[in-house]
Amino acid sequence: MSILVLADLHEGQLAGATAHVVAAAQAIGGDIDVLVAGEGVQAAAEAAAKLDGVSKVRVADNAVYAHQLAEPMGALLVELADGYTHVLASASTTGKNVLPRLAALKDVSQLSDVIAVDSADTFKRPIYAGNAIATVKSDDALKVITVRSTGFDAVGTSGSATIETVDVVVDNSQSSFVKEELAQSDRPELGGAKVVISGGRGMGNGENFKLLDGIADKLGAAIGASRAAVDAGFVPNDMQVGQTGKIVAPDLYIAVGISGAIQHLAGMKDSKVIVAINKDDEAPIFQVADYGLVGDLFEILPELESKL
Amino acid sequence: MKVLVAVKRVIDYNVKIRVKADHSDVDLTNVKMAMNPFCEIAVEEAVRLKEKGVATEVVAVTVGPKAAQEQLRTALALGADRAIHIETDERAESLAVAKLLAKVVEEEQPGLVVLGKQAIDTDNNQTGQMLAALTGLPQGTFASEVAVDGDKVNVTREIDGGLQTIALTLPAIVTTDLRLNEPRYAKLPDIMKAKKKPLDVKTPADYGIEVASKVSLLKVESPAERKGGVKVASVDELIDKLKNEAKVL
Ligand SMILES: Cc1cc2nc3c(=O)[nH]c(=O)nc-3n(C[C@H](O)[C@H](O)[C@H](O)COP(=O)(O)OP(=O)(O)OC[C@H]3O[C@@H](n4cnc5c(N)ncnc54)[C@H](O)[C@@H]3O)c2cc1C
Ligand SMILES: Cc1cc2nc3c(=O)[nH]c(=O)nc-3n(C[C@H](O)[C@H](O)[C@H](O)COP(=O)(O)OP(=O)(O)OC[C@H]3O[C@@H](n4cnc5c(N)ncnc54)[C@H](O)[C@@H]3O)c2cc1C
Repeated sequence: MSILVLADLHEGQLAGATAHVVAAAQAIGGDIDVLVAGEGVQAAAEAAAKLDGVSKVRVADNAVYAHQLAEPMGALLVELADGYTHVLASASTTGKNVLPRLAALKDVSQLSDVIAVDSADTFKRPIYAGNAIATVKSDDALKVITVRSTGFDAVGTSGSATIETVDVVVDNSQSSFVKEELAQSDRPELGGAKVVISGGRGMGNGENFKLLDGIADKLGAAIGASRAAVDAGFVPNDMQVGQTGKIVAPDLYIAVGISGAIQHLAGMKDSKVIVAINKDDEAPIFQVADYGLVGDLFEILPELESKL
Repeated sequence: MKVLVAVKRVIDYNVKIRVKADHSDVDLTNVKMAMNPFCEIAVEEAVRLKEKGVATEVVAVTVGPKAAQEQLRTALALGADRAIHIETDERAESLAVAKLLAKVVEEEQPGLVVLGKQAIDTDNNQTGQMLAALTGLPQGTFASEVAVDGDKVNVTREIDGGLQTIALTLPAIVTTDLRLNEPRYAKLPDIMKAKKKPLDVKTPADYGIEVASKVSLLKVESPAERKGGVKVASVDELIDKLKNEAKVL
């Protein structure tokens, strides 16, 4: 078996998710190469070379791969995929954007959001907002897979893979980068945080999300939100936790003013400990919460912050 | 410019599914079905483009069983002009759907194809990207804003870190995210009118496409159930439990 992992980048740096994808590759077994593609990605390549279990890092550093646009990235993967039995990427917005193109051009199916490896051809993936887990077997010659980070513990960083340059340069006249508005935050990344505190529609407005800041500071937590809070414009889209947002599984998840719709639960119900703060004692969130506190969040949050 | 919209029949998003006792699949008998919410957003976007005078015709297409015509009629009631039903009772996976849609694109030559970013049943998030690859057209996935400008379209995308705007040459493929628009409800007169709008029925064989896939479903299980815990009476008790019982503080 021979596996190619597409590295996830965040602002040119190696994103945390990649270490989880390499862990999934280890579960499949075989030689593991990592492809780092982008512009000015030498540092990311060096970080990828330290991931345990990686034999070789292949670096495609060229302006055409800047921002990892789908068209050139897909074309690059098609060029490189020969000789591999599996191509894996994180189920991030980049992995989801790019990998189906490779699958289609190789005339194979893609398995999305894999959470467990049964064998080299059999995998588990959640369907129906995580309310069912499907075991699927792929008989395709090339297996194209996106991996859900929460399913696999990150590998360590004591490796020393070789780094090799990939010269493949593809054309792209169809798509171009215009701009990016990235959330700037000193807090941990939602996907990788040990503690997440999320606010819902109950927060009332964006200003009130500040009530979560002090608590997040004390706990080293990332801040998330429900779809309702994002739709209402309280907070930006990158904070949405759920079936169609980010999937998180921290040690501690605190849901504040969130009712617990199935789509929200799909994104956080694998957290180790769940705390719910809600004024409605019948809110469905309490059915999954280890600790529920019924009451007004505007009273509870300041008290919690001062007592932590 | 013609706009093609792909819509999928899925379970209603409010339904919590059950797994069959023999673990062969989920049980969809007598479950309420509806148009995939992301496809509703796709239809809405196409109709708005027509209302703005950017689009001249909106064509809705679905791949699925006979009953999927209900969702096409919904699309017609929401403002699509005509519909294409590619009828199959087989489990059509993303790749097969994308191949069929690619044939429709070849035939219809739309300027823009709008799909949902994911179907809420299989949560695959693949079909639009596969269609783009197969047709050789550029893609703008997870769109929260679509602005057609001459022979280009600017698409703002919801990505993990925030928002990204890209420019694509037309024709292009767009997949919708939640913030793109708020779909309207169909009005009764429009529902009546939709019954008379043209709906073509085809089969995968008409396009020379085989629906079968090399992925087999071995088993479907329920996830580990989470048991509800306890209610605590105060912030002090909560902190105490988190420190001493759960040991997460
Ligand atoms: C296709 C689709 C995809 C979706 N994807 C997602 C997703 O990824 N993530 C997601 O979260 N949702 C998603 N949703 C939306 C989901 O169905 C719910 O609408 C949403 O999660 C509700 O958000 P909420 O819990 O914040 O709001 P509400 O359901 O309105 O709940 C607000 C809660 O706040 C409580 N509250 C109000 N005031 C106070 C107060 N002062 N003190 C304490 N408690 C208070 C209320 O009791 C209530 O329980 C999706 C829906 C669809 C159709
Ligand atoms: C494990 C597994 C079990 C399945 N079980 C069943 C089952 O029991 N019954 C069944 O009928 N199917 C079943 N399917 C097939 C599945 O429901 C989908 O038809 C298929 O996977 C394609 O949709 P998607 O979820 O991949 O699309 P996504 O890529 O998530 O959808 C994105 C968008 O593509 C478009 N699109 C997707 N499908 C269609 C379509 N058919 N017609 C038009 N546009 C479309 C829509 O715009 C949609 O918003 C199963 C698939 C798998 C992998």
